[in-house]
Amino acid sequence: MDCAIRVEGLVKRFGATMALAGVDFTVRRGGVLGLLGPNGAGKTTAVQILATLLRPDAGRVEVLGLDVVTEPAAVRARIGLTGQYAAVDESLSGRHNMMLVGRLLGLSRAEASARADRLLDSFGLADAAGRRAKTYSGGMRRRLDLAVSLIGRPDVLFLDEPTTGLDPRYRNEVLDQVRVLAAEGVTVLLTTQYLDEAEQLADELVVIDHGRVIGAGTPATLKAEVGGQRLHVRPLRRADLVPIAAVVADQSGGIAPVIDATGEVVVTSADAAMLHRVSARLEADRLPVAELGLRLPSLDDVFLTLTGQPAESPTTTDDSAGTAGAADSLQEDAA
Amino acid sequence: MTVAATVSAPTTEPPRPSAPAPVRDPGGVLPLLRQSGSLAWRGIVKTVNSPEALIDVTLQPVIFLLLFVYVFGGAIAGDTSSYLQFALPGVLVQTVVFASVGTGINLADDRHSRIFDRFRSLPISRAAPLLGAIGADLVRYLISGVIMLAFGAVLGFRFHTGPLGVLAGLAVTLAFSFALCWVFTALAMVVADPRSVQGMSFMVIMPLTFGSNVFVPASTMPGWLRGWAEINPVSRVADTVRGLYVGGPVLAPLLGVLCWAAAIMAVFAPLAVALYRRRA
Repeated sequence: MDCAIRVEGLVKRFGATMALAGVDFTVRRGGVLGLLGPNGAGKTTAVQILATLLRPDAGRVEVLGLDVVTEPAAVRARIGLTGQYAAVDESLSGRHNMMLVGRLLGLSRAEASARADRLLDSFGLADAAGRRAKTYSGGMRRRLDLAVSLIGRPDVLFLDEPTTGLDPRYRNEVLDQVRVLAAEGVTVLLTTQYLDEAEQLADELVVIDHGRVIGAGTPATLKAEVGGQRLHVRPLRRADLVPIAAVVADQSGGIAPVIDATGEVVVTSADAAMLHRVSARLEADRLPVAELGLRLPSLDDVFLTLTGQPAESPTTTDDSAGTAGAADSLQEDAA
Repeated sequence: MTVAATVSAPTTEPPRPSAPAPVRDPGGVLPLLRQSGSLAWRGIVKTVNSPEALIDVTLQPVIFLLLFVYVFGGAIAGDTSSYLQFALPGVLVQTVVFASVGTGINLADDRHSRIFDRFRSLPISRAAPLLGAIGADLVRYLISGVIMLAFGAVLGFRFHTGPLGVLAGLAVTLAFSFALCWVFTALAMVVADPRSVQGMSFMVIMPLTFGSNVFVPASTMPGWLRGWAEINPVSRVADTVRGLYVGGPVLAPLLGVLCWAAAIMAVFAPLAVALYRRRA
């Protein structure tokens, strides 16, 4: 058996809301699976079921061959969980947080202490170990949270949006730690809204939306599925977005362009000939552009194609909803 | 960190280079006690780290005692020193009972801070986080009780019995508060917001403490209130402590206290654990 996690027909309802509507996926031992999806897709619900915090309504979930419903205690003994919010006790020091969980996991005082020191050291928290977690920065708290979930040496680690709300420097620190763990053979299931994060860490991706799996595979196969090169045009003036999109629509042979969250017009299945035609028309129509070119699809494109909405980017969060709306209406116009 | 292991497929065990984690059976009384002990330790360290959280069990009782003895004492008993003699055992009970509300508020806070999700993802007994929190709070109750007795003695309260009686009175008070705090624990499991827990707890605690013979003899109350004050468990605890501190019957009120405590525990302790477990 080389499956660390096996999920079959997983269903979870909250009242009338279908959080998970029949989800299947597996994670091989030692693998890193990225569970991707927009807000409210059901990622956290899935992780909570896998980590025995929620009971599924239907389906079968096995972690290391153990059923999460019938053998939750055995599952808990072998997993680590780091949630969206650092679950550390802020009024305890970093070291005391580690000791508490170590002792609760049944480690002797000496063993818990030794492991705590080692982990605090490797997470760059040795100097802050005696300080209350309340005084830690967001990044330190997250690293402490991750360190705490490793003190029991879990075979499977669940990371639910481990970098949400972190600034880029701390994000990279957390990601580096995850890489080290994966290299050591820990099976990791990571949820994220950040595609670059998934691409950097995961060897397999599962994309879910509205509680269903809408895409799965390696980052490379998912990109291949979306297909072809993309033509992208960034207007010099934002007001030109719609006329430029109309030009692109004229030249794209029936494929509707979309306006992505960053304010670019993008169309799939492009080629060099299309690039030249679009360039000539824009020139003739006096529509100045800041950028114009061809590129291979990014995971963002995959996400956009699969979910019909742009992925949340770590830098732009507030205005993405408005732009997504613009992209939707443009797709309707073009169709 | 340990050296990297090969990722090649193992047959039965995962390829962790380190010794496998010890077998952790969450069942059984001994693990439960050990886990509760670790969690109680956490609560005590928390208190030591933020002593300002102790104000409700240190300064507040002192203010209460000053207020009641010097503001109302003369009017109720004719002079403040005989009122102190009447009221101190009851105010001790009231103080410790008030402190038990803090247990519910702290637990609601814990739920808020997501540390409980961590506990729930650990292979520990489902009762341990609750028992641990309550264990740590017993220390808080003890502190508040000791402060009340010490301050009472400073103001001139005379114990008519020996140190054994003083300790016994404190023990009965703590035992009742231990039982009562399960009510607030259960409440904290239903109501997530710590402020709501506080508000609702006070709706329970006010009629319990003020609708009793803690501050005035029940015989001065109108019939309906007197009826309540006489069956009120807080009156029984206050009577027991009075008997133990200044003399009077002990056994009869003590039996009443034990019955009440057992009944409250029998209903609310399993309820609180079941509510906590239901979220898992």
